[in-house]
Parts: sequence; structure tokens; C-alpha cells
Amino acid sequence: MSLTQEPIADAKPEPKSGAAGAAKFAGSESRKYNYFDPKGRRATHYEDMTVDVQPDPARYLLQDWIINFADGTPTYSQSWTQAKSSNWHLFRAVDQEWERTHYQRQSTIVGMIANVTENGRRSGAVKRFDRAWVKVLQDHLGAYKHAEFGLGMATMQAQRYGYTQMINNAILTNSSYKLRFAQDLTLYLGEIGLDLDKFDQDAGKAHWLDDPLWQGVRRLIETIGGSTDYLEQYFAVNVVFEPLVGELFRSGFVMQVAASQNDFMTPAVVSAAEGDYERNLANTIELYRILVNDEHHAEVNRVLFEGWVNKYGTLATEAAYQLQPIWSQPRVKIAPFVDALEQSHDRLRAIGAEIGIDVSSVVPTR
Amino acid sequence: MSASLSLTKITSQKGMSIADAAKRTADLGWTPSYVQEAMTFPTDYKIKKAPRDPMKQVLRSYFPMQEEKDNRVYGALDAALRGDMFRNVEPRWVEWMKLFLSIIPFPEISAARSMAMVARLAPGEELRTGFTMQMVDEFRHSTIQMNLKKWYMENYIDPSGFDITEAAFGKCYATTIGRQFAEGFVTGDAITSANIYLTVVAETGFTNTLFVAMPSEAARNGDYALPTVFLSVQSDESRHIGNGHSMLMSIINDPDNHQLIERDLKYAFWQNHAIIDAAVGTIVEYGTTNRDKNKESYAELWHRWIYEDYYRTYMLPLEKYGIKIHHDDVNAAWDRIVKKNYVHKTAQFFSVGWPVAFWRQEAMTERDFEWFEHKYPGWYAEFGNYWKWYAKLSQPGEQNILFNQEVGYVYPHRCWSCLVPCLIREDIKTDTVDGKLYTYCSEVCRWTHKTAFAAEYEGRPTPAMGRFSGRREWEDCYHGWDLADALVDLGFVRSDGKTLVPQPHLHFDDSKMWTLDHVRGNTLGSPLRTLREMTPEAREASLATYRAGFTITSPN
Ligand SMILES: [Fe+2]
Ligand SMILES: [Fe+2]
Ligand SMILES: [Zn+2]
Repeated sequence: MSLTQEPIADAKPEPKSGAAGAAKFAGSESRKYNYFDPKGRRATHYEDMTVDVQPDPARYLLQDWIINFADGTPTYSQSWTQAKSSNWHLFRAVDQEWERTHYQRQSTIVGMIANVTENGRRSGAVKRFDRAWVKVLQDHLGAYKHAEFGLGMATMQAQRYGYTQMINNAILTNSSYKLRFAQDLTLYLGEIGLDLDKFDQDAGKAHWLDDPLWQGVRRLIETIGGSTDYLEQYFAVNVVFEPLVGELFRSGFVMQVAASQNDFMTPAVVSAAEGDYERNLANTIELYRILVNDEHHAEVNRVLFEGWVNKYGTLATEAAYQLQPIWSQPRVKIAPFVDALEQSHDRLRAIGAEIGIDVSSVVPTR
Repeated sequence: MSASLSLTKITSQKGMSIADAAKRTADLGWTPSYVQEAMTFPTDYKIKKAPRDPMKQVLRSYFPMQEEKDNRVYGALDAALRGDMFRNVEPRWVEWMKLFLSIIPFPEISAARSMAMVARLAPGEELRTGFTMQMVDEFRHSTIQMNLKKWYMENYIDPSGFDITEAAFGKCYATTIGRQFAEGFVTGDAITSANIYLTVVAETGFTNTLFVAMPSEAARNGDYALPTVFLSVQSDESRHIGNGHSMLMSIINDPDNHQLIERDLKYAFWQNHAIIDAAVGTIVEYGTTNRDKNKESYAELWHRWIYEDYYRTYMLPLEKYGIKIHHDDVNAAWDRIVKKNYVHKTAQFFSVGWPVAFWRQEAMTERDFEWFEHKYPGWYAEFGNYWKWYAKLSQPGEQNILFNQEVGYVYPHRCWSCLVPCLIREDIKTDTVDGKLYTYCSEVCRWTHKTAFAAEYEGRPTPAMGRFSGRREWEDCYHGWDLADALVDLGFVRSDGKTLVPQPHLHFDDSKMWTLDHVRGNTLGSPLRTLREMTPEAREASLATYRAGFTITSPN
């Protein structure tokens, strides 16, 4: 037999190009990732970038996980949350983020904040802030930035543990948003401080650590950071902390009150966090709604989540009441605490209804 | 008004310096007093404050900088299509991207996950902040690579193999080494995995071969997309290397940690060598059509990047902290590459296994022979006949090498540590762990399983250390299976239900392509099972024969 390949009779001429369509043969038109079921009729780009990148022995991981922790726990384990699922792979992030959309959005936000800060400062706006308000920003917005940072670190921790790539990446982008916002606030306060005669950059942290008004929030944040259940952490952040404390302070106080204190800059900076939260909340509701409707574990999950509502809701409610005196610190008082609190309760009720869990242990049914 | 007065000069106002901004953001952390952070990532190391913090950076400059990098990448991909890149691309090259790009997004995202582990342990807030940015970077790397892969699938002549990519990654006989690599970043002792194995060795030492050697070779094969994406990825690495070095500095001053650092550097260096050099070496040397004798061979690249840059300028200076560096391992790795033909034997193994791959592997030709002989004198005598056989047996219906008694190739044992087979036959080692017999490609791999990944190290308890687990020998998964049935189970069959995804050639023509019928009737088996079942005497004899190697017959 000769070494060179025999030309096969009737063979077509070999294509000169490596481009799609240059030849037709078995499989030459298979141009879609075909190993997962898209959520909609067609796979989205986000799904293509995300689904199955973290493998699972129940899907394609033929050899199982090949390294264990010393106690026998594999690289990824369903035991890292008390929640149960018949199919962890159902979840898709509603915000559909992959790297490009994430950097575009984050970059747009930091650009927006830089513009607001620069233009505001240039027009002398900071110097026209009400004196009492400046102290509120210094002490309390300054303290609040640490809460955002704490949640950024808690979600960073949580993104190591999820059972699918979709869950972990949604938690990862949540972490990235929180960490950015904590830094946004830090740098914003640092820069407006340059325009003010007396502005203590260290006051915020001091209030965070020692002011009785903030100890409830700090206890809540540290409790979330101390949890070893990643879905409990993600839940506590977005289902409980955000409506009962985060939005309460950001929307129910800062954004409503600032304008009357001659401050149009701070609401623009803080509004970015509200935009972030809308996306993180949508992802969160989607994930927990799936678990509460699980064909085998619906009841277990519902009871578990309602327990988390109670555990973190109790801490958050206490924290919210401790913050109440802040509402009377600005010179011009326009937003009563009770109204803001009622709104935050409505928000929690709405979230509970969308997930399908009872939140009445924390906020009585109306 | 004077023209030299620019707009920015007129409008500029005093802002915060970058150092001040970094200092302020680093002050966001605090020591909890109500509830301690969960210490969920175990380590046997003791961590102290690092003498110096890593690079200072804040997210408000980070995000726009990364978005700008992204814009350049996506702009270049568009330009490549407008320039009809795929008309001139070398299919031999793109086929190997089916393997490479199936592997790499998982190690990348594992690096993101592992940042949680080192962030919890980081002794300073600036370092912690560095790890948070690295987490987002690695998310970038993973998804930007998935995007590149999809782009090849949409535009390259043969999308089969790209279309099943993540499923194939979980199942293939070759991707198993990539999974060992990635799981190594996130499982077991947090410092061993997320600091020493991932950053101090993989990122600092081996990303140059991954993300620089590979792109250069891509460009020589008409692929301008891979360089665009991977050089952009590589541009993030200097920050990661800085993070890892700071973390290393926070453990290196405590003599109590030295034993563990030495253990982990030894394990991590050797395993990175075994895995990265097998995969990248093969792709760069055998996935190319460029046979320019003036370009550096993989061995030459290795000498420059691993030996000169990494070993001499990064590892050796660690000796001044009292760390024993395993010079003998570095030399042994070098010997494996230049004297023992590690890369060539890996390429040979991959090609023997072509039917259970999910990309096409073309035979080496006379042009290739000449280049290999020039760069690696003696290559032709050892591998010439093999590749002639491979070409001859690439026609559908021939008995392929895996089962062909005439050729003389002996299917290798797997190394239980690095998961690359024991290709340097004379170096095979065996040992028993927990009463079971295992095979290893080398002494260091034997030591890795038996001594390093254990509950105790040189008499010192190491409760945080991980363990090897799972069905690590791929061949065991299909022991006793007919090859055709295994291929159906693997999902390596094209959309017509019979033509194989892998092919031993680059003919884009149904009449030349192998189908299930061409491979049916051959039974796969596990060499380790067979070895374990032998009597001790028979086993010794079998290993002696294995060490003696094999001879490829003349195909004429
Ligand atoms: Fe990376
Ligand atoms: Fe990296
Ligand atoms: Zn090995």
C-alpha cells in the first residue's frame, strides 16, 4: 500500500477556504451550542456565554469532580445551601449579564457619577448644601457606605458556592455592583469634602463602628457575612436588607430629602444603587420563585425562606427603627420616617408575593 | 485668548489623587464584632500582614479601562470578518481551538470563584480590593472566551465540535487534564489552591505560554481573533500576579509556613508543567502549519519564559526568605521537554486517541518532519514512521492505530496525579494509597498523590489539604465498551447521527469522513484495571515491558 492517500473516486474538489459555507458535509450547518435547553425559543447570547461552563456530574461531568476537600466534599456540592432543587440548571439571570454588558453598564455608571460630581462641584453646588445636611452626609451616608461594602464582600463569598454557573455569575455581578457603589460613595464624599471647610472623612466609619444608630445595621450586615449558606446570604441581601434598610435609607431618606437641603448631586449618585438593585432583585426573585415552585421541594424551600425572612427581617426591622432619628436631623424635614417605613414594608410584601412566600412574620398583612 | 489655554486647563478642579482614593476605599472594611465572618475556606497556613500592598486601583477607573479593552477586542473581531479572515485561516489550527477553548473558560471562572477564598484570608483591605477586581476580571475572561468560541462556530467551515463544547469538556479523554487544572484552583487548602497553584505558579509562571505563545502561533495560521482576545486577557494578569505575590509575602516571613510553601511550590510547578506543556506544547507545535525555522520552538519558548523569566527571576529570589526551591524539578521538567520528547509524545497520544476526540487531527507531513527534525534532532527516527502510519490509516475503514496490531503503539497508563498519561515510559511509577494501586507519569506525580495530598505532611497534620477523587482514569469510564457505543455516549457524532465529530484528516467531504460503522467492533479498556487484576509477578513483568517502551514498525 502506498503512503499517500488514494484519491477517492467522485470526491469533490477540496475547498480552498476555511469559511463557513465553503463546503457542505455532515455537521457543516450545526452553528449553535446544542447541549442545553434554552429558556425561550432560542438561546440568548447570555445563555451561550454562561450555561454549563460550570459542569455537573448529573449532566456532562463523566468522571465526577476529581478533587475533594478533606472531609470528602467535592469541588461543588448541593449541600452548600439548605435549599433543595430538582433542577439547579433552570435558573437564568433576568438581567442576562455577561462580561461585555457588565462592563458597559458599570462604566456608564461611573461616568455618570463622575459627571455629576465634576459639574456640580464646578458650579459651586457643594458649597450651597445646607450646613446640617453636610453633617448628615458626612456621618450617615459615610456610615452607610460600609454596609454596601459588607454586602459586596458577602456576595463575593457566596459566588464560590452556587451549584451552577448561572447562579454564581448572578451573585458575582451583584457583588461587583455593591463593591462599586461602596466605592462610589467613598469617592463622592471624598470629593465634595474638598469643597467644604469642615468635612471629616473618618466620621462615617466612626459612626458605623460606634454610633448606636448604626449598630443594628452593622449587626445585620455581619450576620449576613457570617452565614455559611450562600443562598441564605443572597436572600438576606436582596429580599430582606435591600427593602427594609437599603432602599429605606437610600430612597426613603437620602433621595427624598436631599433636594430640600439644596443638594441635587447626592440623589444622582445614590440613584445608581437603585438601578443596580432593580436588576439584582429581578434575578433574586426569579431564582427563589423557581425554588418555591420546585416539583419536589416547594414546601421545604418555602418554609426555609420564610425562616430566613423572619431571622433577617427581625434584625432588619430593629436596624430600621434605630435609624429613625436620622430623619429628624436635616433642617428641612419633608419625609417622615413612618411613611418611608410603610413604603419599605409594601416593597417587602410585593417581593414576598412575587416569590410566593409569606412575609407576615415581619410585616403584617394589610 | 491664548491658544495654549486648553479647555481642560480652564475647567480643571482639584480632585482626589489615585493614592488617596485607593487609601479611602481600602478603609471600607472593618473587623466584625457582632458576628465573625464564616471561615469556610480551610487553610493550614498562618497569615500575617504583608509588608507591601499590591497595586493601587479603584473601580471607577477600572471599569472604563476594561470597557475600552473590550471595545478594542470586539472591534477587531468585526474587522476580522470584514477582512474575510476565515478564507485564509488554517483549518489545522482552528480544529485545535475546539479543544483549547472548550477547556479554558472553566479554569477562568474557577479563578473568579477562588478569589472568594483568598479575599476572606487577605490580611489587608487593599489586597482584598485587589482580589475583588480580579474576580470581575476572571468573569470577563471566561465569558469573552465563550464569545470567541461561538464566533468560530458561526464562521469556520466545520462547526462540529464547537457546537457541543461544554458537554465535550465534561467528557473527553483530553479535557480531563484541564479539569484537574481548574479544580486545583478552588478545592482543598485555600492558600495551596487559590494562591500558590493558581497565582504564584499558573498565572505568574505559565500564562505566558498560554496567552502569549498561543496567540503568536494563531497569527501565523491566519487567525487574528485569538491574539486579540488573549492578549487582552493577558493584560489583566500583571495585577493578578501582584495580588498573588502580596499574599505570598504575607505567609513567607513565618518559618512555620515554609514547609507548606515548599510542598505547594513543588506540587504546583510540576503539575502546571505536566498539564500546560502537554496541552499548549501540542497545540503550538502540532496545530500549526507554519514551519519557519527561524521561529522559536516550544522548547525555546519554555526556556525563555519558564526557565529564565519565571524560575530565575521569580522562584530563585524566594530562597532569600529561606524557602528551598526544587531546582531538580525545574531541570527534570526541562529534560522532559528537550530530552524525553514530552510534547511530541503527548501529540502522539492525542492522535492515537483521535476517535474519542471532538476535533480533527491531521497527519504530520514531510514539511512538518523537516521542521521537527531541525528543532529537535532525532525526532524523525522516533516519530517519522508513526506519522506515516497515521496518514495511511486516516482513510475511513482502516483499522485505526488504537487497535491496529501492526503499528506497534502501546496504549499508555494514566497518571493518577496530572491525568496526562505516563508517556515517558521509562519513568512510570506505581504506588499504593489506601490499599489501592495507582500509576504515575513521574516521581513528582507519585509524591503529589501519596505525600502532598494527604492528612499529614512530613509528620505535620494538614487537615485542610484536599484529596484526589472521582473517576480519575478516563479509560475506566468506558472499560469494556464498544468504541462506537462510547462515541454515541460521548455525543461525538454529527447531526446526521452517524458521521463522527472527530476525523483524522481535514477533508470537508462526506465521502472521506469516518462514521460509527467504521469504528464499531473495537473494545475500549482500562489499563489500570488490567494492571490491578494481575498477580504481583505478572504486574512486575508488565511494567518492565512498559518501561522498555515500544517500536513503531515501518509502514511500507
Ligand atoms: Fe484569567
Ligand atoms: Fe488571572
Ligand atoms: Zn503526572
